Amino acid sequence: MTVETVAGAPAEADELRGVHTLSMAKAINAGLAEAMRNDPKVLLMGEDIGALGGVFRVTEGLLAEFGDRRVLDSPLAESGIVGTAIGMAMRGYRPVLEIQFDGFIFPAFDQITTQLARMNLRHDGGMPMPVVIRVPYGGHIGSIEHHQESPEAYFAHTPGLRVVSPSSPHDAYWMIQEAIASNDPVLFFEPKSRYWPKGPVDHDHAGLPLHASRVVRRGDDVTVVGHGAMIATLLQAADIAAEEGRSLEVVDLRSLSPIDFGPIVDSVQRTGRLVVAQEAYGFVSVGSEIAATVAERAFYSLEAPVLRVSSFDTPFPPAALESEYLPSADRVLEAVDRSLAY
Amino acid sequence: MAAPSRDFTAPTVQFLTPEGELRPTPEAEGYLPLVEALPDAALEQFYRDMVVSRRVDVTGANLQRQGQLALWVPSHGQEAAQVGSARAARPQDHVFPSYREHVVGMIRGLDPVAILKLLRGATLGGWDPAENGNFHLYTLVLASQTLHATGYAMGLQFDGATATGDPEADAAVLVYYGDGSTSQGDANEALVFASSYNTPQVFFVQNNQWAISVPVSRQSRSPLSLRGGGFGMPGIRIDGNDVLASYAVTRQALEEARAGEGPSFIEAVTYRMGAHTTADDPTKYRTDDEVAYWTARDPITRFRAWLEGRGASAGFFAGVDEEAADIAADVRTRALEITAPPRSDIFAHVYSEPHPLVEAQAAWLEEYENSFEGGRA
Repeated sequence: MTVETVAGAPAEADELRGVHTLSMAKAINAGLAEAMRNDPKVLLMGEDIGALGGVFRVTEGLLAEFGDRRVLDSPLAESGIVGTAIGMAMRGYRPVLEIQFDGFIFPAFDQITTQLARMNLRHDGGMPMPVVIRVPYGGHIGSIEHHQESPEAYFAHTPGLRVVSPSSPHDAYWMIQEAIASNDPVLFFEPKSRYWPKGPVDHDHAGLPLHASRVVRRGDDVTVVGHGAMIATLLQAADIAAEEGRSLEVVDLRSLSPIDFGPIVDSVQRTGRLVVAQEAYGFVSVGSEIAATVAERAFYSLEAPVLRVSSFDTPFPPAALESEYLPSADRVLEAVDRSLAY
Repeated sequence: MAAPSRDFTAPTVQFLTPEGELRPTPEAEGYLPLVEALPDAALEQFYRDMVVSRRVDVTGANLQRQGQLALWVPSHGQEAAQVGSARAARPQDHVFPSYREHVVGMIRGLDPVAILKLLRGATLGGWDPAENGNFHLYTLVLASQTLHATGYAMGLQFDGATATGDPEADAAVLVYYGDGSTSQGDANEALVFASSYNTPQVFFVQNNQWAISVPVSRQSRSPLSLRGGGFGMPGIRIDGNDVLASYAVTRQALEEARAGEGPSFIEAVTYRMGAHTTADDPTKYRTDDEVAYWTARDPITRFRAWLEGRGASAGFFAGVDEEAADIAADVRTRALEITAPPRSDIFAHVYSEPHPLVEAQAAWLEEYENSFEGGRA
């Protein structure tokens, strides 16, 4: 982005022009506000999202602007939040739900997978479900059990859902609005360790569509792919690799269902090597799906097996151990070395 | 200090005794004007609905035994609970069924063949609620629909489509579920949300005594109707085999809901005379004596006795029987004509907007099937 940046969050709708430097939390907040101004059917529901503005303050100020008919502090029941949102969507509303933490989405798993994901299909296309479920997810925040999980694969595995995860404030601002505009249910995974770092948000140019993956750094030797907070780790790994004379191409998935394989396959056809990194468990994961699909589509381009860098297949450990549990730039580079050794 | 009582009782609203005498219980007295206001034509319609329902039910069970349906879900014995409550709703109301409310659907205008299409394995849905009296789709995951109904009722509030003071326009939501479903978390969360947001809604529980093979005593130590009060709404227990009680109490609760007075919880005490589904064998878990007890409380027998006492003619009853037989025969004929859907239905509407994976798989299957000599239709 080359336009001049303006520090701080824009307070008024008419200031939503040009490029501003925002945190991801503020960018999502601005995106939600924009969607609510543009469509009176958009409403928010979740735990503590009203007066408090959510435990991460992503909905701060929205109750004051839109009132309690559009910003609903719900009872403390995740299945109830998703189940009632289905009824609201049947009535023509576009509910945007906040699940307070990644590990608390499971009480709603049944409503999401057996009801929300299939409702339009059951109605032969006559009952679209424009429901967005925002999920702060991932580690690096030193929190207690059930507060640092990466459950995205459960939802990517479920037909009828769309699953996305932004890695930057700019993407977050636009992707939340695109998710709300979608007539299909969207799981919107927000990498909570990236809520606070600031970056440029171009309020005039959206860039890529919701489900496009993107090369965020060009390179020639090894393709590394990830999503959400992992992109910062991959860029850090690429910096270190560059000092060692190795050039990594970094691809940001942005969308986990569907996955836009085009840029990944194109990249692998040039580099011949692929490392997939994720905070989630590796077994039966998004990374596994990418490894399988790239093996199918770019078999003759591969110089080495596709390697996965994941957290371990154990529950997220006590936070004191998280730095050894979560994939780091060094762990990514270890896999890069193994790939190059073939 | 005495221990708190562990005796739980709940009075029951009942107008008609099992013998068909109009003898309202004390709890029913307040509802009497609603019953007295019913014209003869409405009473005859109640009877017709119940008889037709039972006849269609027998047809469904027979079709299953003959291998024409994967499953049938009998409603035999629950006709009064369903007919009375369904006839209490207004056209603008929305009805969220579980999967046993066949006659409720028919009263809302649904062709029962649509239900057979679902149970014959030809669809996952079967009808458009907007074109069938706002009768929503069957829900097979127990109690899921209680939350959808509550969210819909919240939407009615947001839209100002209720509590305006115009009974012809104000809408409410009627949601059905069973005694087994009351144990589900969703059923309880729905009561929390409904009470919290004061939704225009009636929760109608058909306590048919059995969740497949498990008696209601495993779901609750106290009458289910007591749950309403615990969640902040009236809980009313009715004789679910008395169509007048079902009608009057639901009517009153829906009127209150439409007027902005909030949700109600109704427990209709009834009995599943048949099996849970045709895959079930109730002789393994319940006694002949129990079935005989409830047979003596049959909802159609008692209502017919009362109508006869009021002077309904033999010709009326014969006419209803004939009508029911004709409807059932027609349902049977058309059920046998239900065909398998096209294979494109596997992929259609999984997403409402383009999805590359599903599109690629649809194209692959088409090409694969067509690769066989002559292609496969």
